[in-house]
Amino acid sequence: MTALVYKRMAYYVLFLLAGGACAFAKPFVFTAIPDEDETRLRQRFTKVAHYLAGELKVEVEFIPVKSYAAAITAFKNNQVQMAWFGGLSGVRARRAVRGARAIAQGYEDQYFVTYFIANSSTGLREQKEFPKGMEGKTFTFGSKGSTSGRLMPEFFIRKHLGKSPDDAFRRVGFSGDHSRTIALVQSGSYQVGAVNFKVWENEIKAGRIDPAMVRIIWRTPTYPDYQWSVRGDLDQRWGGGFTDKVQSALLNMKDPSLLEAFPRKSFVPANNSDYTPILNSAKSIGLID
Amino acid sequence: MNRASSVKTSLLFVATALACIVFADLEINTQHPWRELGRMALGAVTPNFLDFGVLVESLLQTVAFALVGVSLGGLLGFGLALLYHLALVRVFCAAVRSVHELFWALLLLQFLGLNPITGLLAIALPYGGIFAKVYSEILEEADPAPLGALPGGSGHVSAFFFARLPDVWAHIISYTSYRLECGLRSSAVLGFVGLPTLGFHLESYFRQGQYSQVSALLILFYILIATLRWWARPRLLPFYLLGALALFWGSVDISMENVVRFFSEDIVPAPLRNAEGLGAENLAALGGWSWSLLMGQALPAVVATLLLTQIALVGTGMITLVVFPLVSRKFFSRPARAVGHGILVVMRSTPEYILAYIFLQIWGPSMLPAIVALAIHNGAIIGHLTGRHADQLPSRPDAPRGLNLYGYDILPRVYGQFMAFLFYRWEVIMRETAILGMLGIHTLGFYVDSAIQDIRLDRALLLIFVTALLNVGVDALSRTIRARLRLSRTPDVT
Repeated sequence: MTALVYKRMAYYVLFLLAGGACAFAKPFVFTAIPDEDETRLRQRFTKVAHYLAGELKVEVEFIPVKSYAAAITAFKNNQVQMAWFGGLSGVRARRAVRGARAIAQGYEDQYFVTYFIANSSTGLREQKEFPKGMEGKTFTFGSKGSTSGRLMPEFFIRKHLGKSPDDAFRRVGFSGDHSRTIALVQSGSYQVGAVNFKVWENEIKAGRIDPAMVRIIWRTPTYPDYQWSVRGDLDQRWGGGFTDKVQSALLNMKDPSLLEAFPRKSFVPANNSDYTPILNSAKSIGLID
Repeated sequence: MNRASSVKTSLLFVATALACIVFADLEINTQHPWRELGRMALGAVTPNFLDFGVLVESLLQTVAFALVGVSLGGLLGFGLALLYHLALVRVFCAAVRSVHELFWALLLLQFLGLNPITGLLAIALPYGGIFAKVYSEILEEADPAPLGALPGGSGHVSAFFFARLPDVWAHIISYTSYRLECGLRSSAVLGFVGLPTLGFHLESYFRQGQYSQVSALLILFYILIATLRWWARPRLLPFYLLGALALFWGSVDISMENVVRFFSEDIVPAPLRNAEGLGAENLAALGGWSWSLLMGQALPAVVATLLLTQIALVGTGMITLVVFPLVSRKFFSRPARAVGHGILVVMRSTPEYILAYIFLQIWGPSMLPAIVALAIHNGAIIGHLTGRHADQLPSRPDAPRGLNLYGYDILPRVYGQFMAFLFYRWEVIMRETAILGMLGIHTLGFYVDSAIQDIRLDRALLLIFVTALLNVGVDALSRTIRARLRLSRTPDVT
């Protein structure tokens, strides 16, 4: 028994030393909003971390979080120095951190779209204009903090129906993420939902959608969405020009297997003012004070 | 216990629940649940233990958070129990225990970040509040005789340790170890917000529809709970605690800057944040802000929360009365009881969130999935305690059997204790309504979660304050009813 105790104590000393050593060389840490299946996210961003470590010559680490809010909080608290945000979460995060910047977005993120989808039992068909006949149905958004699953669909609902989702629909739910929105509308638990078009296309490709059960009824006008944002104090911690190095590493990401993981065609430069439309939409529906 | 009035009280609660059903939203609209339910059922019977490292790691983290969190809560609660005669301490305890562990975690995350301290405090604070209340009640009920036997001039401290504590020590230990099981459940659920416990992977697997992995994790968790009394020995506690600390070591990193920002900016109501001083104009803005939040969100949410709670409370009672004989010696032989224990462990250890999602698939969104999920979960917890209580009753040699035994002998004798448990659980059920926002039911928890997701901590804090007030109210009401019925004041879980 005593031998065991001593052995354990030796382990603690080791832990202590390891903990001390870690405090010196802090890695460059980033996160991403959990908008999709976590396993896929983890695979995707572990690859990205690997790529960035090679380009930036520093240790790079990805930490997964459970919610959009947790990603923003980690950014605010400097637990991560960079994040792959959605339009809305990016705006919120950058407002909370002085000097924070959007530095790159996916090519497709300049023209992002939300699909309104409906269970086939509703009899709703795809329409060119904002679809009629949705009122009084049950409706699910994705996550409460999502741009494509919450902010923009709510914005368009208010714009076209002139009332809040709670007044327009018989019931309004928040499924938590896009894949689940599709699953819930497909099973008929909710009749109508709003979903990120990229996730929809991914799920179609993966054969997880039965076209006889659920279909697109409207494609929204385009708006800017996902982007890489960094904190304002990167250069102070890793030396002058570090932010620029991060930006060019992201823009030079050409490896198809990396890009397909997002999935994006390429990354293009972005800046904070690209997201003014998102900020204004969020303010107009009262999601940002 | 006054039997006639306890029947009257029960009927009153059932009538209230029936009245609530009229106003509650219990619509059923199913379309094609079978595809998803079929996949869940398939997953349940084909558990996949391939990610064994992940499974074991998250199980260890779950145990570590529970042990350290509950121990800290116990220490805090014991300290506070000694000061429980002070009104300020009682209010503090009622306030900290009225906030759900998940909300504690979400608030602490804002300034402590994602690290073990967040999880430990999220358990220790509400548990400390509960422990303080229960310990103080246990201490009050200690036999006063040993105190009288002390020689004159004995100090307070020695009087406490030599005359009061020994009498109730066993009761304190047994209550604390009962709470450890609750602590394991809380610890598991904390994974939902990102701590590295079981809930972390459970939520991901579940969300991704990897039901075989879900069932593997749940099976291990069930085993952990079912074997609790063999591995959770007070004598082994120091070793466990050291092991847990080793697991947490090196990952604690707190920045003062974040703490200061949280208290000086994040939680300051929006109208005051950029304002200079407290002029009449700013106060008016603050009034408008609070008023719209209270009338627009808090008030309707309080109504929804109460409706849901009252129906779920009666549902819990009904399930308890059906399931408690399953684990009682009075009704079943050993092998049958083992099956009964298994059923109750599954019912009470499956997080309500998962139960609710399964019922959401079956019935569609409404209060119904939430009510059934809460009733199953809590019914199994109280069923377990009531069954154990029934075992301690002396049997008469000519006891009847079967339904007669149940109806004429055991039920009347356990009924008082059953109601005491139920009243204790009342505020817990109300806290738990908080986490079922995905069903589209606008309870207080739904709005607190929305405020946190919107990074509006000022609003979250005001809504949490309303939740706490409601909890304090329910707690006071349940205390009054228990006193009137002369129900034993502490849940007897020996």
